[in-house]
Amino acid sequence: MAEQIIFYILAAVIVVFSILSVTSKRILRSATYLLFVLIATAGLYFMLDYEFLAGVQISVYAGGILVLFVFSILLTSHAGDKEKPRHWGRLLAAALTAVVGFGLCLYIILNNVFKVANQIWQEPTMQQVGQTLMGTDKNQYLLPFEAISILLLACIIGGIMIARKR
Amino acid sequence: MNVPIEAYLIVSTIMFFVGVYGFLARRNLLTILMSLELMLNAVNINFTVFNRYLFPGQLDGFFFTLFIIGIAAAETALAIAIIINIYRNIQNIFVDKVNNLKH
Repeated sequence: MAEQIIFYILAAVIVVFSILSVTSKRILRSATYLLFVLIATAGLYFMLDYEFLAGVQISVYAGGILVLFVFSILLTSHAGDKEKPRHWGRLLAAALTAVVGFGLCLYIILNNVFKVANQIWQEPTMQQVGQTLMGTDKNQYLLPFEAISILLLACIIGGIMIARKR
Repeated sequence: MNVPIEAYLIVSTIMFFVGVYGFLARRNLLTILMSLELMLNAVNINFTVFNRYLFPGQLDGFFFTLFIIGIAAAETALAIAIIINIYRNIQNIFVDKVNNLKH
């Protein structure tokens, strides 16, 4: 029972604040609403018993990406700036796309029969996570791990090259 | 496991399509990037929920989510560098003003 109550609170937070985040006129507020959505998502991971993933979500998204967003907002806009809305036809087309897509996905979700497994669940231990990340056997992920590290290096160099003063 | 899998999927679907709306309707490049983050997050929830409910013995969804978070961080950092560069050149970051490749 408690689990359901917590889930519905988190779901309400996610829905309300994600809608506020894309409709708010002040961009700094919309970044703050995005922070609430990301933290509620970490709460969902906690509910699913993925504690490691929730920690990563909070430290990378809420701690890293949001700080970047706030910095760049403060660099590129003035206090009290309000975004002018786009032409109403554009807004209508966007809303229509979102509603039609949502209806389609809802129809598929509610009509599909999910074969929920009845296995006994245990949370992946840190040792298991590390071995899966570092192994080269089937269902182990050394190659994507290395690819990500190269991507991050390229990203650091690219960021410096793009943002430096000429 | 008292919450049905459909409930999670409906929440993530709402989040995804709110992101789609924001992506199409906003004018500021930074808010467009934020909508992108919303969409990526919805996909992450889907991956973890499928892993937890349908294949609890495996770790594939878990690692997909981990890698998506890493890629999203890299992509956001680069995109923000580009946006700040655009701001330095034309003094605003609205998509309808960004129509020149070279200033």
